[in-house]
Amino acid sequence: MKARVLVTLKSAVLDPQGKAIEGALRSLGVPGISSVRQGKVFDVEFDGSDPAKAEATLKDACEKLLANTVIETYRIEFVG
Amino acid sequence: MKAAVILFPGSNREGDVASALKHVTGVTPSIVWHADTELPAGTDLVVLPGGFSYGDYLRCGAIAARAAIMDAVRAHAARGGLVLGICNGFQILCESGLLPGVLVRNARLRFVCREALLKVERSDTPFTRRYAKGAIVRYPVAHGEGNYTADTEMLKRLEGEGRVVFRYVMADGKRDDTQVLNGAANSIAGIVSEKLNVLGLMPHPENHVDPLLGPTDGRALFESIAGVLERA
Repeated sequence: MKARVLVTLKSAVLDPQGKAIEGALRSLGVPGISSVRQGKVFDVEFDGSDPAKAEATLKDACEKLLANTVIETYRIEFVG
Repeated sequence: MKAAVILFPGSNREGDVASALKHVTGVTPSIVWHADTELPAGTDLVVLPGGFSYGDYLRCGAIAARAAIMDAVRAHAARGGLVLGICNGFQILCESGLLPGVLVRNARLRFVCREALLKVERSDTPFTRRYAKGAIVRYPVAHGEGNYTADTEMLKRLEGEGRVVFRYVMADGKRDDTQVLNGAANSIAGIVSEKLNVLGLMPHPENHVDPLLGPTDGRALFESIAGVLERA
């Protein structure tokens, strides 16, 4: 089983890196970009095939390590 | 006083803080490896030194905060033992839940390496007894992720409980949150735990202890700790 965990900054948290990237894209002339926020992606491979169990395990992993819930939120997606 | 400095892969200020402790207090700390599960018997002070533990992978201090030795450090703090986290050590304390909030990328995205002016907000903690309340001191800073942040409620609580011990100030001794060198909320440079026994700060007092190298404003921090522990 494969899962993808997306960790992003909460909307209230300032993201200076995202802002810098946004500025760089503008200066490259990439049109129509109003905002960029940077996040992290973790692709996780998994033993077993029980999605409910996997989801619980990944949630635990996010709370324990992958995300700092003071400033970040996470989303778990299964990719087959 | 018995002191232990925890060494993580990527720590690089353990020698500085060990030598500062020796220089100021005469105590040679033991260096404890992160994979150990116990602190040396009778440890009074635990220091988490600066550096780049685990290469700052994932988030600064995140992986070190989950190291085996940290359970022993948590137990030590719960018993009221003193814990000092400097720079990366402060990041580790926040990630481990021993202190609230988190240190994120400097607002201007630059690594800052220079001397910072700090106001000592209180002199009744075990770490600041030898300073006058309101004293302005100079410590060096060297960090890319020292921008302290916490949710509004936590910031209010920290201020209400007087847990901000060090604050960045301008040359006139006043704080200016719009000009603060790393963007830290309320210009926070260092905070203590509720019981005042855990201090985390971004600046490096250990680098200002020897007149040979310049100012000695950091000495009083180590003298304070030694004074408290000798009395105990």
